[in-house]
Amino acid sequence: MANALNSITLRRLAIATVAVMAAGYALAFFAAPEDADQGFIQKIFYLHVPLATVALCGWIVAAIHAIRHLRTGDPKHDARAYVSIHISVIFGLAVLLTGAIWAKGAWGVWWEWKEPTLVSFLIVFLLYATYYPLRYAIEDRDRQARYASVFAITAGAFVPLNFLAVRLAQPLIHPRTFSSAGGLPDSMLWPFLVCLVGMALLWTTLVWFELDSKAASGNLKRIRRALEATA
Amino acid sequence: MTAFGALLRKDLRVELRTLRSLPAMALFAVSAFVIFRFGLDREQLSGELAAGVLVPTLLFAALLAINRLFVAEREEGGFDLVRLAPVDRTVLFAAKASALVIYLVVLELVAVPIFALFFLDSATGLLPFALVLLLADIGLAATGTLISTIATMSSARDLLAPLILLPLLIPLVIAAAGAGEHLLAADGPDYGRFGTWLGLLGLYDLIFLLVGYATFDFLLDD
Repeated sequence: MANALNSITLRRLAIATVAVMAAGYALAFFAAPEDADQGFIQKIFYLHVPLATVALCGWIVAAIHAIRHLRTGDPKHDARAYVSIHISVIFGLAVLLTGAIWAKGAWGVWWEWKEPTLVSFLIVFLLYATYYPLRYAIEDRDRQARYASVFAITAGAFVPLNFLAVRLAQPLIHPRTFSSAGGLPDSMLWPFLVCLVGMALLWTTLVWFELDSKAASGNLKRIRRALEATA
Repeated sequence: MTAFGALLRKDLRVELRTLRSLPAMALFAVSAFVIFRFGLDREQLSGELAAGVLVPTLLFAALLAINRLFVAEREEGGFDLVRLAPVDRTVLFAAKASALVIYLVVLELVAVPIFALFFLDSATGLLPFALVLLLADIGLAATGTLISTIATMSSARDLLAPLILLPLLIPLVIAAAGAGEHLLAADGPDYGRFGTWLGLLGLYDLIFLLVGYATFDFLLDD
């Protein structure tokens, strides 16, 4: 029963995700005006910035789950932290790719080392990429979960600090999202916000889906073991 | 004697008797300077190039000590003894981090003068730079101790610590190299953004000492 309820809400969430994302990108392509400076390439803004924002928030969410895991010792929270990091790493890869495409279109180069936001994101991405070798290097399940949580908390604290450090080190040419979002005309701001909500819904759906699938394969394994024991 | 004092003295005494980490770190740093001497083919360095050679070399030398930090605890059962002892386990974190700061200071006392001898025309910028290095050492010790514990308990061991630490230490490298770039400038030290970099280093130290203090206990649970 609980499982049936779960799959219904997951399905609803998935439908909402598709609806909001479709609306957001329809608005971005058909309603939002073309950027005066950059032209059509600026449309990637509606994909790149929501992806980056959601990925970074996902890593912070993972750190919060990790704190709850260490406090309660409940493996449920560890699974949530793990899946949050996992989906955010996939989003992060998409951020680096879309960022490179945008940089090529807007600045004429695939990568710009003088650009603090790009470089900070790369560093954070590299740090989270080490989460996998860390997890798989520890065999004991309980210890693996605890160590992964300590890593998730450390890395979560690192994210804002790293952005501060890289920004102090370099000149600014990347458009500032949070200061420039205030400066965006309403005709661009609304499509952007809808895309942002859509992306956040996509992240939540994927996390939920993977958690469900992990739970299902865990159950399957248990049932199979029970069957083998009786056979 | 407090538990902290006992653990720190034990570590320093073991290092003095076996001399496993410090000579290796110093030798590594000097060899790296020689490689840079030929790699860059320069008689003297200043500004960002000087900072860019010195800071990463010290960082890589520090990784040698970080990799070895808990080897004795793992092999001789030191972790179990701390678990059994009626003391707060974060004492082990504090003692190991302090030992690491001492190793790093000793390394710098050897390596920085050699660097100056090899590459610098004037050593006037080194005195304020020592303050930068000390703050960087504290941050390095905080994250290094935490990640070294994780790596020691994993099956990947020596592989894992550098992998996780390098991205994690980038803010420290940025701040130390950023300060060094101005302090080691060819036309004498410039204190323009000195305060900013010290502030960033201090913030890094504070955050990761707190994270280490809050989470270290969970690494020793069994």
